[in-house]
Amino acid sequence: MNNSDDTRMQGMKPPVTHVGLIGWIRANLFNSALNSILTVVTLFVLWKIVPPLVRWAFIDSVWHTTGKACRQVTGACWSVVWENIRFILFGFYPFDSQWRPLVAMLILFGLLFYSQNRKHWKKILIYVWILGLFFMGLLMKGGLFGLSPVESTKWSGLPLTLLLSVFGLTAAYPLGVVLALGRRSKLPTVRWLSIVYIEMIRGVPLISLLFMSAIIFPLFLPEGITINKILRAQIAIILFTAAYIAEVVRGGLQAMPRGQYEAAESMGLNYYQTMRLIILPQALKIVIPPTVSILISAFKDTSLVVIIALWDLLKTTQSVLANPEWMGFSPEAYIFVALLYFAGCFSMSGYSRKLERELSAGEKQ
Amino acid sequence: MKEKQPEKVPFWLDPRKRAIIYQIVVFCVVGLVAYYLVSNTIANLKKQSIATGFGFLTKESSFEIGESLIPYSAADSYGRALIVGALNTLKVSFVGIVVTLVLGTIIGVARLSTNWLISKLAGIFVEVMQDIPVLLQLFFWYAIFYESLPSPRQALSPIKGLFLCNRGIAFAVPAPHPAHTYMILALLAACILSYMIRRWAKRRQEKTGKYFPTFRVSIALIIGLPLVIWLIFGAPTKMDVPRLTGFNFKGGLTMSPEFAALLLGLVLYTSAFVAEVVRAGIQSVSRGQREAAMAIGLRPSLVLNLVILPQALRVIIPPLTSQMLNLTKNSSLAIAIGFPDFVSVANTCINQTGESIEGVALIMALYLMFSLSTSAFMNWYNKKAALVER
Repeated sequence: MNNSDDTRMQGMKPPVTHVGLIGWIRANLFNSALNSILTVVTLFVLWKIVPPLVRWAFIDSVWHTTGKACRQVTGACWSVVWENIRFILFGFYPFDSQWRPLVAMLILFGLLFYSQNRKHWKKILIYVWILGLFFMGLLMKGGLFGLSPVESTKWSGLPLTLLLSVFGLTAAYPLGVVLALGRRSKLPTVRWLSIVYIEMIRGVPLISLLFMSAIIFPLFLPEGITINKILRAQIAIILFTAAYIAEVVRGGLQAMPRGQYEAAESMGLNYYQTMRLIILPQALKIVIPPTVSILISAFKDTSLVVIIALWDLLKTTQSVLANPEWMGFSPEAYIFVALLYFAGCFSMSGYSRKLERELSAGEKQ
Repeated sequence: MKEKQPEKVPFWLDPRKRAIIYQIVVFCVVGLVAYYLVSNTIANLKKQSIATGFGFLTKESSFEIGESLIPYSAADSYGRALIVGALNTLKVSFVGIVVTLVLGTIIGVARLSTNWLISKLAGIFVEVMQDIPVLLQLFFWYAIFYESLPSPRQALSPIKGLFLCNRGIAFAVPAPHPAHTYMILALLAACILSYMIRRWAKRRQEKTGKYFPTFRVSIALIIGLPLVIWLIFGAPTKMDVPRLTGFNFKGGLTMSPEFAALLLGLVLYTSAFVAEVVRAGIQSVSRGQREAAMAIGLRPSLVLNLVILPQALRVIIPPLTSQMLNLTKNSSLAIAIGFPDFVSVANTCINQTGESIEGVALIMALYLMFSLSTSAFMNWYNKKAALVER
């Protein structure tokens, strides 16, 4: 090849069908006969589905009307959500004090937002969280600093959903770590007890544990002692989540090279020191992404408490729908609840992916 | 000089003795807690005079069940009611698993498609379905069936022979004909025959190197044999089309709105997870494997069969079985929309007899049986498929 040819080639622009919008369309939508057919069919289906849906949801819809007015329109009746928003979100919490769960939730979101930055992962963060949880509890329960006390039976709606998932996970995490260590223990009794517990719990649906908490748990207690329903469901969720966390942590423990254990032993560290100083800090770091997925499913699973008649977000929504005025607008109301859950889960899973990237980038250095 | 006696180690410094003590302590603590709970329970049961034991299983249940695979009436026993529930659980799980596998695989492959539109749509589907609680999805679909669909008289019929209304879904099926029994027998025979051909072809190829198109012959057999039987019987094409009689559809196959909503919710939710499993499995096979297989001259179908699939399946199968198990466990949410699955029937039994411990124990036992048999299968598969490295 001679030189002049080369320079002429460099001066030439690529054909117009390979760059820009047309090039992109050709490369990504019509790059083979099969793909062309698929693209056309998909576009046709989308054209059939999306415009009517948009019309239903936005153009023909109403937002601030009574239930009666809703029945006159062909579009979505978002009024069912907006007219009842405070009941859907806060349930039976005293109307005048509903700023308290709101502030508690804002504290929670603030804490979550603050802790998502890895630079803030220091010991002080734990104390900040404990303080934050204390204030949230105080705001919900009241009774101090001139806040009127509110019975926990009145806690409902979104705060209850968040309470069950946040406390469920914070309490399940240490229990799960202990179970994982138990399952890897050299002591047969400890190991077998852990295995039986983990496999039993993972083998049954959460709903059976919730039934247990609702109808059998009161029988376990001596006469005269009763525990309220929310706490019992909370215990069931903790026991359930712990088994899943144990399996995730066990994965991390198994991924630790033997050398780490041996090095710790040869330095004369005992079992407790080895685990606390050498193994767990590394193993728990590896399993952060799968732990976030457990958090996501725990968050979604709290919706099951509706079956044992706790007033979580889903139950408050259903009770609005049971009102004759708003009967028949379930799809709209459920879509709203779905959006709330989606926002929560999507941000968590996005965060988990980001974290996974960062951590694996750290490994490569 | 006296022989030096080894210094006597106090028992709390001897790791072996200490281990035994730890275990005794743990065992005693667990035992004491269990004893405490059990004794409380027995005292409470006595005080509230609740019957115990599984004697109630033979008593008359006196409640109706909406749908059942075996004949059942309110005069039958609780035991039979529970069997009806268990069969309903199995029915929805089995149908759900089959549909989920197909849909999940399609979406998983679609996510890897080079077609931008398709892969983005599949991605959106997976993200949306994974991030909405399955219970909420069940409520949503049930509401769609119950509130948004018209009554049977104005039933929607998007395709001929398919009807959608608030009483469920009805669709046409081939009218019963003696040929069908023989066609099923022919299908079974074809399956056994293709298995034998596969073994024979493999042995012949190992001995002589001659290749036999097993796959195409098997497909021809499996489709061909039943087809031949069908033609021999004069190709019956009569369909059993659902007809509106009174307030509901008669004939054809009908699905109650509860069953349809449960199936739809479970399938859409689980297939999103299955799609992710399939995608991860396919991506786990490195590009070099495909390129190497093509470089030694294998045809695309053989590349897939001999190189890609065996490696991808090893990654796919374990999480896939756990997703199937999840679907089975999630089918217990049927109780929320009133489909009479095992949990829902057991709950009715608990409410009627008050024997809550036995009822919950039965629920747990059934699901434990499912999951233990699944993990037994997994252990067997893992042993069979374990990577043999030099």
